[in-house]
Amino acid sequence: MGGINPRAALASLENVERVPQRDGFGHGLVELGAKDKNVVVLCADLADSTRTSWFKEKYPDRFIEVGIAEQNMMGVAAGLSIEGKIPYVSTYAVFCPGRNWDQLRVSVCYDRRNVKLSGAHAGISVGPDGATHQALEDLAMTRCLPNLTVLAPCDWLEAKKATIAAHSHAGPVYIRFGREKVPVVTTDKTPFKIGRAEIFRDGEDVCVVACGSLVYEALVAAKELEKDGIDVMVINNHSIKPIDVRTLADAAKKTGCVVTAEEHQIAGGLGGVVAEVLAENYPVPMKRVGTPDKFGESGSPDELMAKYGLTSAGIIAAVKETVKRKGAMK
Amino acid sequence: MFKKVTDVRELRLMANTVRQDLIRMLCEAKSGHAGGTLGLADVFTVLYFNALNHDPKNPSWEQRDRFILSNGHVAPVRYAVMAETGYFPKEELMTLRKLGTRLQGHPHAPALPGMETSSGSLGQGLSIAVGIAWAAKYDKKDFRTYCSVGDGEVQEGQIWEAAMSAAQYKLDNITCFLDRNYLQIDGNTEKVMALDPLKARWEAFGWHVIEADGHDVAAIVKAFDDAKKIKGKPTIVLFRTTMGKCVSFIEDCAAWHGRVPNKDEEAKALAELEAQRKGI
Repeated sequence: MGGINPRAALASLENVERVPQRDGFGHGLVELGAKDKNVVVLCADLADSTRTSWFKEKYPDRFIEVGIAEQNMMGVAAGLSIEGKIPYVSTYAVFCPGRNWDQLRVSVCYDRRNVKLSGAHAGISVGPDGATHQALEDLAMTRCLPNLTVLAPCDWLEAKKATIAAHSHAGPVYIRFGREKVPVVTTDKTPFKIGRAEIFRDGEDVCVVACGSLVYEALVAAKELEKDGIDVMVINNHSIKPIDVRTLADAAKKTGCVVTAEEHQIAGGLGGVVAEVLAENYPVPMKRVGTPDKFGESGSPDELMAKYGLTSAGIIAAVKETVKRKGAMK
Repeated sequence: MFKKVTDVRELRLMANTVRQDLIRMLCEAKSGHAGGTLGLADVFTVLYFNALNHDPKNPSWEQRDRFILSNGHVAPVRYAVMAETGYFPKEELMTLRKLGTRLQGHPHAPALPGMETSSGSLGQGLSIAVGIAWAAKYDKKDFRTYCSVGDGEVQEGQIWEAAMSAAQYKLDNITCFLDRNYLQIDGNTEKVMALDPLKARWEAFGWHVIEADGHDVAAIVKAFDDAKKIKGKPTIVLFRTTMGKCVSFIEDCAAWHGRVPNKDEEAKALAELEAQRKGI
């Protein structure tokens, strides 16, 4: 039997602390602001909810308010980067990359500008605001762009690490954050490296590859599945691009079947990239947990996550189905 | 630093040379935009030979003026003045739009030293200019940021987002200039989607507006000079131009927005330009 990977150095799942991922962005920016005076932050009328107000309080002269104009914000960031600034663009993921994708493509990615983008309030757990504000397509929209790095951290600590790692990573980086308080599964000691998938729990029967808050749900599901004698490997795949082909292919080889879990459309996001990687490297039975080609709706975050199966229960059902398919193939 | 040309006759002769370059390179490329590029030959000649502080031998010179070409489809006129000012050999102009070229159909900045940005999707350049000019103010650097836009281009909403922000940040270190030729692919700009009163619109967005004849070399020099003197707000120069200027069969004809001369037309155009040259 497998179990928690000692190298991953995870927090306990019991009495887990809950903090919004966006707090990690806010704390990361404040830390970077002190370290590097070239760090500037751009805001499109959402300083409090993206947590960039924390940076604004400390470094008001490096905080640029552009108003509700996300297309202009992306271009201004490109211009700032030409002059050696390291701009962090902040707004909701539905607006960046949703509203300003062409500006991201031409003004930023084509010229490999050193611009860092945050997509806040990503996922269906945005809740009562409804479908217009629930970004479920941002990973698909960003990971197809050449030169762009795409990150989906699992909790606030990892979000902070991603924010800081983006600073020293040359070229454009997109990082997605959720709105809600989500379980803190990592610690200061948990490794984080752009381009690396981390095995959080080892196992032999099936591999669950998750990102964002679904990493916690996957760990809970793995513990539950012990009772059924199913030994689950859990991978935290925070780096959507570049994708860690080797870790994913090795996991598929070891476990023989894979489930992906994300707060995103099942097309084009984490599930999409894992399917592509495995189809070309080590095809195994696979099931994607995510929103099934549908828009979200209003509701409380918990209600919505349950309705769309983005929970440990949803992952358990997918695992059982996939393990069965693997068995039938033998 | 590039030694500026102030003699008007010399600038007019150079604009004629640039037009001949354009006819040759577009004919060789077999695709591109003849109308808009010929119409901008005078403005771009003055920009590169007189207005900009730049150094073709040191394209990334720290104190250079930044020039953002937002209307990327007129890239050939920029390539022509870059070659004529010494950024790269003139022969390279004949590689325009061909596989492996540094002279991409729409500009790709990393390919060619001396170009600040890529462009081609309209409406994006002014925002980039705002970012550069903001950084210049913050770092107390005194270079100027220039931005070229087309008239049809300002139908893009992003232009007005950028216009608002340049005024908000009081970026008097920006000179934007607009190619007012009243033509876009689908016809007259005022019929496609009216832009007038264009001067009043820019003024309402907090800009200082200068209007000038985009084919009168002395007037172009003066417009760029005057723009530098305005404090507290950004300046835009509306250059009244004629698409296809100086080649009779291309002049003011919307059909020539997105086409180029064939061999016969090339000979005819070059003969016309050579005849005009004798009168300068």
